[in-house]
Amino acid sequence: MTRLVKSPKDVATGLLLIALAAFFAWQALDLPMGRAIRMGPGYFPMILAGILALLGLVIVASGIALPMGDDESPIDIARWPWRALALVTLAVVIFGIGIRPLGLGPSMGIAVFLSALASQKFHFLTGLVSALVMVAFSWAVFIKGLGLPLPMLGPWLGGY
Amino acid sequence: MEIFDNLALGFSVAVTFQNIFYCFIGVLLGTLIGVLPGLGPVPTIAMLLPITFGLPPVSALIMLAGIYYGAQYGGSTTAILINLPGESSSVVTAIDGYQMARKGRAGAALATAALGSFFAGTVATFLLAVFAPPLADLALKFGPPEYFALMVLGLVASVALASGSVFKALAMVVLGILLGLSGQDVYTGTPRFTFDMLELADGIEFVALAMGVFGIGEIVRNLEDEHERTVMVRKVGGLLLSKDDIKRIVGPILRGTFLGSFLGILPGGGAVLSSFAAYSIEKRISKRPQEFGKGAIEAVAAPESANNAGAQTSFIPMLTLGIPSNPVMALMIGALIIQGIVPGPNVVNEQPNLFWGIVVSMWLGNFMLVVLNLPLIGIWVRLLTVPYHILFPLIVGFCCIGVYSVNNNAIDVFAMALFGIVGYVLVKLDCEPAPLLLGFIIGPMLEEYLRRAMLISRGDPTVFFTRPISATMLLLAIVALVVVLMPSVRKKREEAFKE
Repeated sequence: MTRLVKSPKDVATGLLLIALAAFFAWQALDLPMGRAIRMGPGYFPMILAGILALLGLVIVASGIALPMGDDESPIDIARWPWRALALVTLAVVIFGIGIRPLGLGPSMGIAVFLSALASQKFHFLTGLVSALVMVAFSWAVFIKGLGLPLPMLGPWLGGY
Repeated sequence: MEIFDNLALGFSVAVTFQNIFYCFIGVLLGTLIGVLPGLGPVPTIAMLLPITFGLPPVSALIMLAGIYYGAQYGGSTTAILINLPGESSSVVTAIDGYQMARKGRAGAALATAALGSFFAGTVATFLLAVFAPPLADLALKFGPPEYFALMVLGLVASVALASGSVFKALAMVVLGILLGLSGQDVYTGTPRFTFDMLELADGIEFVALAMGVFGIGEIVRNLEDEHERTVMVRKVGGLLLSKDDIKRIVGPILRGTFLGSFLGILPGGGAVLSSFAAYSIEKRISKRPQEFGKGAIEAVAAPESANNAGAQTSFIPMLTLGIPSNPVMALMIGALIIQGIVPGPNVVNEQPNLFWGIVVSMWLGNFMLVVLNLPLIGIWVRLLTVPYHILFPLIVGFCCIGVYSVNNNAIDVFAMALFGIVGYVLVKLDCEPAPLLLGFIIGPMLEEYLRRAMLISRGDPTVFFTRPISATMLLLAIVALVVVLMPSVRKKREEAFKE
């Protein structure tokens, strides 16, 4: 069976790169270009965006023209670990949101517990213990040991 | 002899209680993360960067360096005992090391890895001491065009030596440079790619980028398929090597050391490439290639020597030129900048304490590793039984607090989350994230030298080709690109990386 697209992965990569190049070029449009002798802030980014777009085109072309062999797999988005990706990202984001208002203790605990949820082998008790151990450890090392200026409990929880 | 004076200076710096302590902490942590699969030196060093703020520069770099070469060591332990390389440079060691372990020769394999690494580390450290100062002196004579050409050559070489598609790697470099240009323009102060966010005025924090791509992204990748690790080998067996073993490993260790030392200097080289190259060379010249893959001791000795040598000599371009040859060195440069030291050829001359202290500490650290690894092997084996699903939430926690404490800025934490997704998607699209990080670090320097060079030449781009050193380097870069793109070489390259 002959297909027009030999490597969907390469085509997707190339298109993504072209989109990124367009984005950077669009952002750089507002910057002064200058001339070669005295380059403005926009000069170098514009050149790079051009190169990136060109590379994207080459990669798209290679995905269409060059068969890479039998092991070429389509991008199997359905099999991505969506749960893990979402939970780990969420854990990090919540840490970022919570660190100031809630303090180190609660945000660390939530982050560790949420990321523990990302595993298929998640156990409520081990997740809870990991979170508590990590909270205790970060208090001992980062606040007591290294003296990072972070409150254990933030202003929302009666800390300072 | 000047070198002995310098080494004496280095000893006086490295052999203080404080620096021996940090060296020890570094190699211990390095071994630990080398043993634990799923946590490499890049996220670990990124996590520890904030902690190094409070340390003197020498101690900070001694510790970070220890983590890097310590990880090469620790990686071999897991590779041999459970057939799971804790660190990517130990992938080849796993092939024959594990077979040896299954035959009850785990002890011999571990001893070979330790001895080979120690010898390689000693030789490579000596090479660093001999070649770094003259190289730095040469680099001092460089003008902006030469620097620009050198960086282009470095980036191209890192692309040519990386595995996978050349075009994708190039695209990653360019994307990295673009991301690296975010923040204020050096000359005019104009904000670039900041989306009117004040928090991005200083640009994207590279710790957030490195930890997102290599830490968080890697965790998600590991969660893709969770399988139990089992320690197959209960008894390590005798660590003593027989006379026949020694006879068989001398050659591979010597060849591995020199190959690794050479490849470590090249950008994009370092430990991973060295170990692969050493393995394939040994297989090619061996009188009994049929034993390779079934527990040949040569196949443990050569890659382990090579990756350790490569890890040490990759410090040469970082310390003398300020150019990182791999992501770990990029982080080291970050550590230097955080400490207020401008990386580049001046470091050797203006900070001799720092330079020679690090060189000597590397040798001490290698010695500590032998002591740490062989008698304590039982402890490392036990550590291997910590399941990943317990380990990784703690790593996420460390990444969060590590990246937050760099600037006490929540934007960096969000950036890390975003780059975690980016890192995962890139790997899924077969794009290596390492060139992205190199481009990110080199990008601002590249632009600055380009702009200065153009200013000097009055806007004439031929300046890069009329100056002999710069022309040579750019020609080398072009040749390297053409060579890796030639169909015949391309095929061979793919085969080499498949092995």
